[in-house]
Amino acid sequence: MFDFPKNLEIGYQLSRLMDGWVDWVVINFDPLFRAINAGVLALLVPLEKFLMGEPLSYGWPQWLSMPWWLVIGVTVYIAWRTAGRNIAILTTVLFLLLAILGLFDFAMQTLAITFTATLIAIAIGLPIGIFGAKSDKMDAISRPILDAMQTMPSFVYLVPAIMLFGLGKTPAVMATVIYAIPPLIRLTNLGIRQVDKEVVEAAIAFGSTSRQLLTKVQLPMAKPTIMAGINQCIMMALAMVVICSMIGAKGLGIEVMNGIARLEVGRGFLGGLGIVMMAIMIDRITQSVGKSRESKVT
Amino acid sequence: MAVESAPDIRISVRNLWKLFGNNDKALLQEDWVKTASKAEIQEKTGHVIAMREVSFEVAVGKVFVVMGLSGSGKSTLVRALNRLVEPSDGIIEIDGEDILQYDNEQIIAFRRKKIGMVFQHYGLLPHKNVIDNVAYGLEVQGMEQLERHKIASEILDKVGLSSWEYSYPYQLSGGMQQRVGIARALALDPEIMLMDEPFSGLDPLIRREMQDELITLQAQVQKTIVFITHDLDEALKLGDHIAIMRDGAIIQQGTAEEIVTKPADGYVKEFVRDISKTKVLKVGSIMKKPKATIQESQSPAEALQIMKSEGLDYTFVVAETGELLGALNLAQVESAVEKGFETSNRAINKSCPRVLKYTLIDDVIPLVAKQNTPVAVVNDHGILLGEIEQSSVLSSIASS
Ligand SMILES: Nc1ncnc2c1ncn2[C@@H]1O[C@H](COP(=O)(O)OP(=O)(O)O)[C@@H](O)[C@H]1O
Ligand SMILES: [Mg+2]
Repeated sequence: MFDFPKNLEIGYQLSRLMDGWVDWVVINFDPLFRAINAGVLALLVPLEKFLMGEPLSYGWPQWLSMPWWLVIGVTVYIAWRTAGRNIAILTTVLFLLLAILGLFDFAMQTLAITFTATLIAIAIGLPIGIFGAKSDKMDAISRPILDAMQTMPSFVYLVPAIMLFGLGKTPAVMATVIYAIPPLIRLTNLGIRQVDKEVVEAAIAFGSTSRQLLTKVQLPMAKPTIMAGINQCIMMALAMVVICSMIGAKGLGIEVMNGIARLEVGRGFLGGLGIVMMAIMIDRITQSVGKSRESKVT
Repeated sequence: MAVESAPDIRISVRNLWKLFGNNDKALLQEDWVKTASKAEIQEKTGHVIAMREVSFEVAVGKVFVVMGLSGSGKSTLVRALNRLVEPSDGIIEIDGEDILQYDNEQIIAFRRKKIGMVFQHYGLLPHKNVIDNVAYGLEVQGMEQLERHKIASEILDKVGLSSWEYSYPYQLSGGMQQRVGIARALALDPEIMLMDEPFSGLDPLIRREMQDELITLQAQVQKTIVFITHDLDEALKLGDHIAIMRDGAIIQQGTAEEIVTKPADGYVKEFVRDISKTKVLKVGSIMKKPKATIQESQSPAEALQIMKSEGLDYTFVVAETGELLGALNLAQVESAVEKGFETSNRAINKSCPRVLKYTLIDDVIPLVAKQNTPVAVVNDHGILLGEIEQSSVLSSIASS
């Protein structure tokens, strides 16, 4: 009696409608996206070259770049200072492994993208998180959006990224930012809300302005939680590496993609292994940055 | 007696109301709310009533204690005084200015110079060391580090924590943390100190120690203090004036003595039930007028006659001004008559025990117990006001 209602083509109409919006945005906001593109590249490209020991472009001095041993040295030093001897040794071993396996340059490209995406995510996510902590209304609005962002398959972000930025590094970074930003926003919000109510009252009672309350009390006390958010953000950015290589990001992800495309299992596996090693290093180091504060505080 | 001039009023609170909820101001326009019970308001409107028509005054340099069970609105009341809580209606005048009319900038300035606060769980900044905690109120005003550390360090000295300046709060015991809390409030040298159950989290022994220290400190600094507690002993010990709250309303306020001897209703009576009256009542309330006193100018013979006719074997000798000079017993008078002294003055025992009118009965029990004669009660100027006897002290203990 009733036809299956697929013929109404509502889904089709809706997707056409969204295509229309994206087209409209692309056409009308083109200067904006060009500017974003230029900004991201100005950050990412020199960083990539810097880490890979090549001379930087973009008007940086010729001599400014890092030979591979210095990259390892600095990273190990940071690991040692923040996370202690064991993590420093682990970092050394993993770096040498990457070098031996011939993955070092790919790893540096991946690191550059991850780092850039994380920086942008912090620049956007931290203020949103702070705002969410101060306003219950903002919190109520952002919560379902963040839920949706986190359950959306990461592939989906590639489509608008390509539409807005074309193929290349910038859409890869932007897709990564959008994918990785929710935990940072959530944990910033949570960290600030968790600050002891009486301590906040005390800060206000002694005449803090709301800015002083934020910078002198809430942010320092929320730091361990915010660091956990940054840590998660980096981990999720690393998880996007392979997917982003589909739209033009270089790095370890390309190795995995090529392994799949050419049915070279070993190559793909090594690329994956490289990502895991990077993840372990970064995770241990950033985690201990948050922890060392925490153990001091409680 | 010196004429007491009317005290300067520092804090004057009139008809203060607080409803927690989004629609508080509008709801207070509805008549039924003003008389409805807390449960009824909550059920019908979802608002919680925390202050109901609260009015009181605190004079300069006095300690005003607010007491009540948990949830009775004490914290809300004390937080209204520096506007950590915005009252729904009413007036709070501090030094004659209605602070509820202050804009944001004015209220911040007010908090920075006029009013300090001490919290139940100390409210210290865990990421700052002791000296930076104490200097926090100065830091937000933009004072240079050197200068603010100098002030903080002086105050820390005062509360006995000078060797802990660079420790972090978590390294300190509860009592020490609260000393830091008190030092932080004092660092701003405010006229008013708000203290929300500052000693409730401490062990009984430490608590008593801190109370004693506060009394000593208060004698030096003479702040106007609003002190919250749920402990009657603490209230009686510290308070010049005590208010008792229930369900957001002050149901009785007065001196310790008034609260204990004339509880306004069953709730207050329940509060003061376990209190020994001797800890509250002053000597002045049980003293009697001596049947007779001897003027210093009277002769021993006259004295003997007076004592005999009144049936006394012990009496006090006073100057014309009423000042207590000493005491005489029958034997001394008789020997003075024999020796032919001209005035009673020469025979008297000048070191006879005497107590001030304001002394707590509790504190004179040991003295009275070992004395088999009446003890003289005098005022600050040494004027004889009356006497107390063992029997009257005993009966005041028995009735409590
Ligand atoms: N921020 C708030 N929101 C809603 N209700 C509150 C809030 N703060 C206190 N109350 C309520 O107001 C009443 C008085 O609380 P409070 O002033 O903390 O009492 P006390 O300090 O005497 O224990 C209680 O019923 C409490 O639940
Ligand atoms: Mg309370």
